[in-house]
Amino acid sequence: MKPLLLSHFTATSCIGTGLSATRSSLEAQRSGLARCDFDTVDLDTWIGRVDGVDEVAMPVGMEDWDCRNNRLLKLALEQDGFGDAVRAAALRYGRGRIGVFIGTSTSGIHQTELAYRRRDPETGALPEDFIYAATHNTFSAASFTQRYFDLQGPATAVSSACSSSAKVFASAARMIAAGVIDAAVVGGVDSLCLTTLYGFNSLGLTSGEPCRPYAADRSGISIGEAAALALLEPATGALPEGAVLLTGVGESSDAYHMSSPHPEGLGARIAMEKALAAAGLAAADIDYINLHGTATPSNDAAEGRAVAALFGKDTPCSSTKGATGHTLGAAGGLEAVVCALALRHGLMPAGVNTTEVDPALPLAYLLENRAQPLRHALSNSFGFGGTNCSLVFSRAS
Amino acid sequence: MTTLHAYIDGIGLLGPGLTGWGQARRVLAGGEPYAAAKTALPAPAMLPGAERRRSGPLVRVALAVGVEAGAGQDLATLATVFSSSGGDGVNCHELCEMLASNDRQVSPTRFHNSVHNAAAGYWSIGAGAMETASVLCAHDGSFGAGLLEALAQVAVDGVPVLLIAADTAYPEPLHAARPIPDEFAIGLLLSPQRGPQSLARIGAALSGLLPTAMADPALEALRGAIPAARSLPLLDAVARGTAAQLVLDYLAHSRLAVDVAPCLPSP
Repeated sequence: MKPLLLSHFTATSCIGTGLSATRSSLEAQRSGLARCDFDTVDLDTWIGRVDGVDEVAMPVGMEDWDCRNNRLLKLALEQDGFGDAVRAAALRYGRGRIGVFIGTSTSGIHQTELAYRRRDPETGALPEDFIYAATHNTFSAASFTQRYFDLQGPATAVSSACSSSAKVFASAARMIAAGVIDAAVVGGVDSLCLTTLYGFNSLGLTSGEPCRPYAADRSGISIGEAAALALLEPATGALPEGAVLLTGVGESSDAYHMSSPHPEGLGARIAMEKALAAAGLAAADIDYINLHGTATPSNDAAEGRAVAALFGKDTPCSSTKGATGHTLGAAGGLEAVVCALALRHGLMPAGVNTTEVDPALPLAYLLENRAQPLRHALSNSFGFGGTNCSLVFSRAS
Repeated sequence: MTTLHAYIDGIGLLGPGLTGWGQARRVLAGGEPYAAAKTALPAPAMLPGAERRRSGPLVRVALAVGVEAGAGQDLATLATVFSSSGGDGVNCHELCEMLASNDRQVSPTRFHNSVHNAAAGYWSIGAGAMETASVLCAHDGSFGAGLLEALAQVAVDGVPVLLIAADTAYPEPLHAARPIPDEFAIGLLLSPQRGPQSLARIGAALSGLLPTAMADPALEALRGAIPAARSLPLLDAVARGTAAQLVLDYLAHSRLAVDVAPCLPSP
């Protein structure tokens, strides 16, 4: 594929609001996970909660969009000068030539969960202040983003569970290659809600401790929330020093099971192979892999096998979900930003919380940060329904 | 404005009073009157027993139109685009009701059926399809978003793409906020080259024009009521087999202007 420039990017998660705080946490190998105190949830689990989300106010005229998911999104897109970058791009390309592709799994469903607790005792009706389209609907965050920046090009939510905000890069790259748009705002946002906390608990997939990806005694996920965004533009002309490019995208489906990965990670392997092929790279060219690494026994085993089969045992890799939690539909976007920071600053982040790597998964899993210049990084995102997406990011030479 | 082209090589359709493309084609071409009736929810024969039992209305209509549109093709090799305005309405209601109660122990099946990509996951299992599957939502513009994504994929990757857009009814109390009355699903097999099955060539571009309405009041009401039924003007043109220019609903400020040219049988 033709490389695309991540001309601007930002991320907000429990390890930091904006890039500077995120990078500091990665450098300090700090986890943002804490015991679950969200809403009225009575589960023994840990979460990655973003501070200050409740205090975010919607822009004037966009009050209908008010819900936890859009508050988190607004908090994120006001960091790191991202808004100014998008507004400048809109002037450069035209408002109708910039697409919006936002990944999310549960959107603002927390708003509906709250509304269901306030049903009319007589009629069962939801409260009148419940606004379905702008909050609960899966499109809400994409429509918020488009309206916030007053863009008028194509816009869509991508909602393929935990691969959602990796696959936004694929959709945006296709739309740019087809000539429908010149640039794209891509990203993902998912926020804490009862649906995912109780849902993953029902499957026995949430851990009672901070999650430990790739540990032999890993015991499940810690759910987090995050928003991450990038501005994708054609990589033309002289690129700035340290510029980060999207150079490869690979997508596949497992065709195996709704909530368990293919045991040998076959779909995962196909996605990684396609991403390498799109980038014109061999496995040995990849300097660091940001693993999907959810810390469920089955995910890490399947992914570990696929990575070992393709890359051998020497490519440095880690899952940053021990730090951020599994941010579901935002994970692909968040971990794309982690890869971009890794490339920009020569930092391979360790997988925190894990003290001993599962000996059954023979990989160069990083338990300590490694400072080293990187050229190419690969990020994996896999999800329910057997949906897989791998991305390759490269530092411009 | 960039125009994206593809050939429509197959169509699947299920909706109120519409029981498949063959019957719908006669209705749309004016040979049969339209008579509203509850949408049929066929059990998905392509799924193994356990998955078949767990499949809800959205999965059932989506898989049915996918199989109809992809008839004669190797379904395992097709890239797919799934678009829905909001997932399975009944499943969503039952999850929210349970989470608002004192017993929040939701069922694992209900949870995995709540993901927006449930139909894509079941399709992949049923068809053995390991190719790319895009899963989109653009509220009322979901069909337009799916069509644009599928056309971009046909143009850029040069492969056939199966587009499936499906919506389900929402029960009360959600129905008052999201009044979708019934299930509706459309499958379109889009191909970069003309083949023996090609029905029409379409070219689509973003447009500021208003969406084309259906002449029949009942079909126009259907178009307005269910997001996936915003596809009806396109199906109408293909059914009539005449060249047409029409506009499909997408976003408030950008819709899709579509040129339809029928593929007449070779002499």
